[in-house]
Amino acid sequence: MLNTDPNLPDPDEAYARLIAAHDGLSEAESHAMNARLVLILMNHIGDRAVLDEALRLAREGPGN
Amino acid sequence: MTDRDQQAFRLYPYARSPDQDRMPPARHPVVVAGAGPVGLAVALDLGRQGIPVLLLDESEGPGIGSRALCFAKRTLEICDRLGAAKAMVAKGVEWNLGKVFHDDRLLYEFNLLPESGHAFPAFINLQQPWFEKFLHDAIRAAQADGAPIRIRGRNRVEAVTPAGDHVSVEISTPDGPYHVEADWLIACDGARSPVRHMLGLGFEGRVFEDNFLIADVRMKGDFPTERWFWFEPHFKSGDSALLHRQPDDIWRIDFQLGWNIDRDKELEPANIRARVDAMLGPDVDYELDWCSIYTFQCRRMEKFRHDRVIFAGDSAHQLSPFGARGANSGIQDADNLCWKLKLVLEGIAPETLLDSYEAERIQAADENILHSTRSTDFITPKSSVSRLFRNAVLDLAEHLPFARGMVNSGRLSTPCIHDGSALNGPDHPAMPPRSRPGSPCPDAPVETGWLLRQLGPGFTLMTIDADAPETLSAHGLTFARLALTARDNEALRERYLGEAASAVYLIRPDRHIAARWKSFDESAIGAALARAIARE
Repeated sequence: MLNTDPNLPDPDEAYARLIAAHDGLSEAESHAMNARLVLILMNHIGDRAVLDEALRLAREGPGN
Repeated sequence: MTDRDQQAFRLYPYARSPDQDRMPPARHPVVVAGAGPVGLAVALDLGRQGIPVLLLDESEGPGIGSRALCFAKRTLEICDRLGAAKAMVAKGVEWNLGKVFHDDRLLYEFNLLPESGHAFPAFINLQQPWFEKFLHDAIRAAQADGAPIRIRGRNRVEAVTPAGDHVSVEISTPDGPYHVEADWLIACDGARSPVRHMLGLGFEGRVFEDNFLIADVRMKGDFPTERWFWFEPHFKSGDSALLHRQPDDIWRIDFQLGWNIDRDKELEPANIRARVDAMLGPDVDYELDWCSIYTFQCRRMEKFRHDRVIFAGDSAHQLSPFGARGANSGIQDADNLCWKLKLVLEGIAPETLLDSYEAERIQAADENILHSTRSTDFITPKSSVSRLFRNAVLDLAEHLPFARGMVNSGRLSTPCIHDGSALNGPDHPAMPPRSRPGSPCPDAPVETGWLLRQLGPGFTLMTIDADAPETLSAHGLTFARLALTARDNEALRERYLGEAASAVYLIRPDRHIAARWKSFDESAIGAALARAIARE
């Protein structure tokens, strides 16, 4: 089951690291990096039901 | 002039037949329209089992051009049953190693080397005209042994009229038209199936907006016998490219050209040579052997059986070429259909057995279409975000094995397991999943040779370390037992016994497993047999 409860020990820092990871990249490079990141995290999660729930949540937005 | 007008071999020249003067028209149990790989296999399979079959084709032999190229183990096993595989393997090129490149980087290699203990390799590459010629050679050999097979070249089916207990077929020849009547008409007349059009039947699916150029080149290059596939190749000859070896120093080269192209211009030899030169480098001498531009679709008919007209091969389902699923799945259609049609013609099975042909082969077609569509979507991304993810997968694949599993340059054909088929009988939980009811029999070495060659032409009762009578008669069928032991035979144990100490398998004539038990039980086997021939 997808965990949507707060799970990051330091959310401010995690967010800052995500943004910093894109420093100096062109928009196209950033898109490519995001795509690689999604694939890497998908493989880490591995569980089809969790991924389906995450895809649905991302596509429809919370509250739908 | 189309390729169909030019023949690689003149195998069945036109000769006037007595049917052309017969009134009322001659009646044939089975007429097959189209002598491509599937039509030849249907005629050969039925004829070898003593069913009179008339095979009609508008030309006099296979058309030129390699076309279908890659023949899978299951196809070779079926052709071996039909007496044609030996020549195919002798002529064909065996290969196991594939390499995938992105731009100028080798991303990874894969090895298709199958597990040991099979008579046939995973794949051979063989040009379609040779595949057809070897099936035709086997027909000639079967005819010499008395098989009632007739082939008529330059006999084109012009009209098909269902007429209750038969189908009326109008045929044109160089000497004018004539009619025959068929108890059953098998339409193996290809993706553009004239018979399908004559009956006004639909062919639904998806068209892919891309063009591919095939250039078969003859060269003495020292490229290895491997399948090389490039995404976005550095030599810029296409959005993707493929290099694959065929017999006779011919190499199949494929370039993805995109959607908006000028076909005539792209087919000019100078333009083809420019692409090939960029790929092979300036120092390679070659001749262009055959070139073609194709687009493709993934579609199928809603039903494969229309009363007494049955569709098999490309006429019933069309696939993209990635994954070698066209001819391979067509041969499996023939394999599935022929024993059922034989039992129906002999009055042993009801006509409803033919509905299982449709159900099982639609299951297979849908599986093939799914794989084929996924390969095509990966190779030719349909949107910028699809391309973004495709290239992200390629970026990761060089160093991360998990991403290699997502790289899809064609998932090569494997036979369908007919889970859920109405013909399937009981399973046994201790035995391995790979040989469950509905599965094609995995080959294995046995004392007397290869397992698949020991199976009978009809049903077989295979026992492994289990007692059973030597022959069995039920529901109008008599068939022999094949007694095997798994002692000192790890492959047989692993493929058929699993955790069980003994096993009894009921195997269909197409070498799919109908049912399995731990020990012999005559009434259980009789019930499973009834189910497997739709008499339940």
